[in-house]
Amino acid sequence: MFKMTPQILRNLISGPATRAYPRQIRPPFPATRGRLVNDIAQCNFCGACAVKCPSVCIEVDRHLSRWSFAPHICVCCGVCVEICPRHCLRQEPATGPPAAQKEMVALDAKS
Amino acid sequence: MRTSVIPFGPQHPVLPEPLQLKLTVEDEVITEAVPALGYVHRGLEALAQNRDFHQMVQVTERVCGICSVLHAICYCQGLEDIMGITVPPRARYLRVIWGELLRLHSHLLWMGLFADSFGFESLFMQLWKIRERVLDIQEATTGNRVISGTIRVGGVSRDMDARQVHWIADQLTWVAHQVRQIEPVLREDFTIRRRTEGKGVLTSAQARELGAVGPVLRASGIAQDIRQTGYAAYGELDFEPVTATAGDCHARCMVRLGEIDQSIDLIHQALDRLPGGDIRSEVRGRPQGETLMRVEQPRGEVVYYIRADGGKTLSRVRIRTPTFANIPVLVKLLPGIFLSDVPVVVLSIDPCVSCLER
Repeated sequence: MFKMTPQILRNLISGPATRAYPRQIRPPFPATRGRLVNDIAQCNFCGACAVKCPSVCIEVDRHLSRWSFAPHICVCCGVCVEICPRHCLRQEPATGPPAAQKEMVALDAKS
Repeated sequence: MRTSVIPFGPQHPVLPEPLQLKLTVEDEVITEAVPALGYVHRGLEALAQNRDFHQMVQVTERVCGICSVLHAICYCQGLEDIMGITVPPRARYLRVIWGELLRLHSHLLWMGLFADSFGFESLFMQLWKIRERVLDIQEATTGNRVISGTIRVGGVSRDMDARQVHWIADQLTWVAHQVRQIEPVLREDFTIRRRTEGKGVLTSAQARELGAVGPVLRASGIAQDIRQTGYAAYGELDFEPVTATAGDCHARCMVRLGEIDQSIDLIHQALDRLPGGDIRSEVRGRPQGETLMRVEQPRGEVVYYIRADGGKTLSRVRIRTPTFANIPVLVKLLPGIFLSDVPVVVLSIDPCVSCLER
């Protein structure tokens, strides 16, 4: 009748199931797809990432040599990283910091 | 006797999703249930007309968070069928592994919610603790916790190395051990049996007549599972559909419990037989033609109808999700039961409203 009791006793001696965040932080897995980063020095502003992005979160202006990206619209699918001919896009394992407003990230070739 | 109408949802403590049922009650007994849908319609099928056919993979993954990989697999298989693309064997096995991981976490999520529907909070947390490990496996292998984003037309975008294969096998052994420890509670606990046995009984004749799918159908004794058609690598793996005969809420829980063991076994089989080679075939040209593709999701059979006219975008994508097929079953099950049993019976079909409304 008391089928849950053995589980309760096991839980009592096995310690907490949760982590004591922020003292104990689980590091992200190396394969985790987090924030998108562009090595702008390598970028040739071809616009392939902007064309292929399913959530339309990347804009590329060839004339101004500007690559801009909306991190809050990005769905972390990794299509842009796969398609990039210069291999200058990559996804960091960590997610981006929290923000009060949804801002665009704009990177210029000359800056 | 006076009848009254009680709205169940769209915001209800038991249901995390907006499904409204207008329940006509006489005293405490339901006499009629009318579902009201459309709270989370997002028009994802219409997006097919302004996203190209590669971008639609990510859109179909977002039809439902819990069935993401399987929606993408179904859509990609449809396009591969139209375009005559042969998927490399390794990609087919990887699709099975991620698809079964998804089924595993979906069933654990459902069991937790089911336990919550009759107020068994500690069981809910226990099951979600196990589920968290499955999500860790998904994150370590695909890069994302829930919506994997690894399925592509022609194959998959990520591979696994030998170290990861061993790690997944180890983690799944832990999951299987934990599920085995909690199994007697779900199977034999007095409270659970009193709240679920004999509630919402669906006979096999009714299941067939109403077009039930997935665990709801199999719990009524009909051994039908779309994985038996052998899509992806299922034709090369050994499994039998899990069935039960009682057709009540407890039988549906037992079918899903059996499917957790089955999924773990299928992943082990796929990891053992994982062939080498490419993970993606080249996709050339644009699709032209139409197809109907079926895949077994955690909730049942999903059907994709895809029509392409040779353009960059598809002219029609129609999605029939398993919850859509199980809504008539729910309407049939509710009359005659007590108002207090409504959450249990509603949860027993595993309604996924965002899937249903697309």
